Amino acid sequence: MSAGGLTVGVEDTPAPAKRRMSPMMYLYIAVAAMLSVSLVRVLTGADDLTSSGTVAAALTAAVPIALAGLGGLWSERAGVVNIGLEGMMVLGTWGAGFAGYQWGPWAGVVAGVLLGALGGLVHAVATVTFGVDHIISGVAITLVAPGLTLFLAKLYFAKAPGGGQKQSPPISDVSRVSVPGLSTALGDLESKHWFFVSDVAGILRGLITNLSLLSLLAVVLFIVTGYVLWRTPFGLRLRSCGEAPYAAESLGVNVYKYKYAAIVASGALAGLGGAILAINSSQFRDGQTGGRGYIGLASMIFGNWRPGGLAAGAGLFGYTDAMQLRGEDSVHALLLLLGLALLVLAVIQLRAKRFAVSAVAAVLGVAFVLWFATTDQVPPELVGATPYVVTLLVLSLAAQRLRIPKYIGQLYRRGQGG
Amino acid sequence: MKKFSLRSAGLGLAAPVGALIFALLLCALILVITGHSPVEVVDQMVKSVQRPRTVVNSLNSATTYYLSAVAVAIGFKMRLFNIGVDGQYRLAAMMAAAVGGASFMGSLPSFLRILMTIVVAMLVGAVWAGIAGFLKVTRGVSEVISTIMLNAVATAVVAYLLNPARLAVSVAGSNNIGTAPITEGGQVPGFEYPGSSSKIFGLIFLAVLVGFLYWFMLNRTRFGFDLKATGLSESAAVASGVNVKKMIVASMLLSGAAAGLVGMPQLLGASHSYALDFPSGLGFTGIAIALLGRNHPVGMAFAALLWGFLDQASNVLDISGVPKEIVVIMQGVIVLSVVIAYELVRRYRLRLEQREVGTALGTTTTPAEVSA
Repeated sequence: MSAGGLTVGVEDTPAPAKRRMSPMMYLYIAVAAMLSVSLVRVLTGADDLTSSGTVAAALTAAVPIALAGLGGLWSERAGVVNIGLEGMMVLGTWGAGFAGYQWGPWAGVVAGVLLGALGGLVHAVATVTFGVDHIISGVAITLVAPGLTLFLAKLYFAKAPGGGQKQSPPISDVSRVSVPGLSTALGDLESKHWFFVSDVAGILRGLITNLSLLSLLAVVLFIVTGYVLWRTPFGLRLRSCGEAPYAAESLGVNVYKYKYAAIVASGALAGLGGAILAINSSQFRDGQTGGRGYIGLASMIFGNWRPGGLAAGAGLFGYTDAMQLRGEDSVHALLLLLGLALLVLAVIQLRAKRFAVSAVAAVLGVAFVLWFATTDQVPPELVGATPYVVTLLVLSLAAQRLRIPKYIGQLYRRGQGG
Repeated sequence: MKKFSLRSAGLGLAAPVGALIFALLLCALILVITGHSPVEVVDQMVKSVQRPRTVVNSLNSATTYYLSAVAVAIGFKMRLFNIGVDGQYRLAAMMAAAVGGASFMGSLPSFLRILMTIVVAMLVGAVWAGIAGFLKVTRGVSEVISTIMLNAVATAVVAYLLNPARLAVSVAGSNNIGTAPITEGGQVPGFEYPGSSSKIFGLIFLAVLVGFLYWFMLNRTRFGFDLKATGLSESAAVASGVNVKKMIVASMLLSGAAAGLVGMPQLLGASHSYALDFPSGLGFTGIAIALLGRNHPVGMAFAALLWGFLDQASNVLDISGVPKEIVVIMQGVIVLSVVIAYELVRRYRLRLEQREVGTALGTTTTPAEVSA
């Protein structure tokens, strides 16, 4: 997704024959992954790997990341790189703080969405109307947003009861729901620590117990996005702006309009992510996003510019985030898991006759397993780097499988195609 | 072809000046809406600028910003976005501080110590940026994404190494931790400025030198020519025999080496150790300044000075109840409006040129826009 940058490094390998995996295949993969996680848990005794507490924390951590990534998806599918997601998220956190403490969390959500959309609008004006480079505009927005929010925070929160120079007064939480009955039953199963069964129970219980309505909203938005972008004429046109805008133009699509819509939606989603982040931590704080907008972008790449993959990526990053808070044993067990995953990847790549990738994956896999075997704990500072390292690995090992919108990052001017 | 004319000079200045005015007006509007007096704010900032202390601090900030901007600009010239300057300089400054403060350095002559510290910083910066360059040419990974990721990884690595069990020691009298302080022989002395207790960084000359080398490289060497050519038209550069992959790696390494220097004036001139409170975020400031100064060695110097003075002068605002972040807003607005303004000026020039060509060819009915 180089924005008008150099493209020489990209190898134009012919795309391998497309074979879409059937839903059964995904199920097999999920079960296999689950089995190996259970195995690692039993081997290492790190019960927190699949405890409902971890899963609930992972979900909470994943939702803002996922929404930022979903914002990135909208924008990039329409051909506009949005690294201003971080800035738009920051705007969202402030909006939630401002409206949230006065009129309740849902007002906060609305304000966060609106402010995020405003950030998106600025990005759209700069990139679509004025043809500014997408990266530059995104960086500028990410530069302004923290300054603007801190400025406003000092003005509006410093004197409010419970607020401060850099934080808003407390925001109340939205309602939380559990599936009655099932939750306790799963809890019993989970506490047995049986192989596989308890793991599945723990994960399910984490997902259905004390679930924030905001997380549910995020799930709904993923489904809506998938439907709108891939199942409606609007979505088809929007995606065509990211693949071949001049072709779209020749068919009568108003590319500018679609790009505007996509970028504003992108900002709104990032703003929502920020708002949820603020509401989940009960207040706006300066620097609260901590690069989550970038992780969102990373999870979108990880997910190959598709909602399902993006959700999986965000879940993975949320999981590593949650693991950091869950003690060093669990993190240590992750090493073994990562090592095994890389070894599996090495075998798959070997069978696909991609020897170089296979070798790199194998070496890294062995290194992680050795790291696990020779140490007792992982330095906590390094755990935070996991999402970023994983993204780099995915990008460098699976680059050929990534399918980037064709016309991304490039300047489009109406009537100047050909 | 590049004849100097008043109109072209005016057009060149129109963008930055227009952006500045726009940013000033917008910030004045924000101030009025939030119930402050813009005149009062300007007055306070102007008064503050006249204080010797502010002058020294502004020059020092500008030195750092300028180095960061050059690091970004080297990439920009080739249309590479080195967003990772931030991580590169932090990691480089920490490693350099560890080397500079190491006990074995005590017996070496001062010049050698300083040189070694700076070289280590450049090497670390170059390696960290080189990873992104390597991934780009071998795996086709966008440098934008990889440098963003590497920034975060650098943060983690610095946090890991800056631990009393590894490279850090506790700083006496606070709960700050940092690398072992660099003793006097390894420091770069500053210049006195009358009326100020803080000194001007001695390494301000390093910034000047880097600026000169940057200019020299771009305009007087084959490498610089290739660099610009690749940035302007990749296919033309390839056709004329430029090895673009090599250029990508080389420019990322150079950009990273320059990024390694960003922390040096502060480290060797004031902090003398890399601690938790070492300035961060300078890489992003560098992007802003490179954009405002259009990657031009002199333009960036003016932009860096402007940024330095804005930053330092804003410190008085908080005391009088105006959040000093109004300056950050202003800086951001400047950046965004200046890139828009440059784009508008570019389009205007293009139309002008087409009209002139049209007149010269005698076919001046309606100058159709040629695709940019």
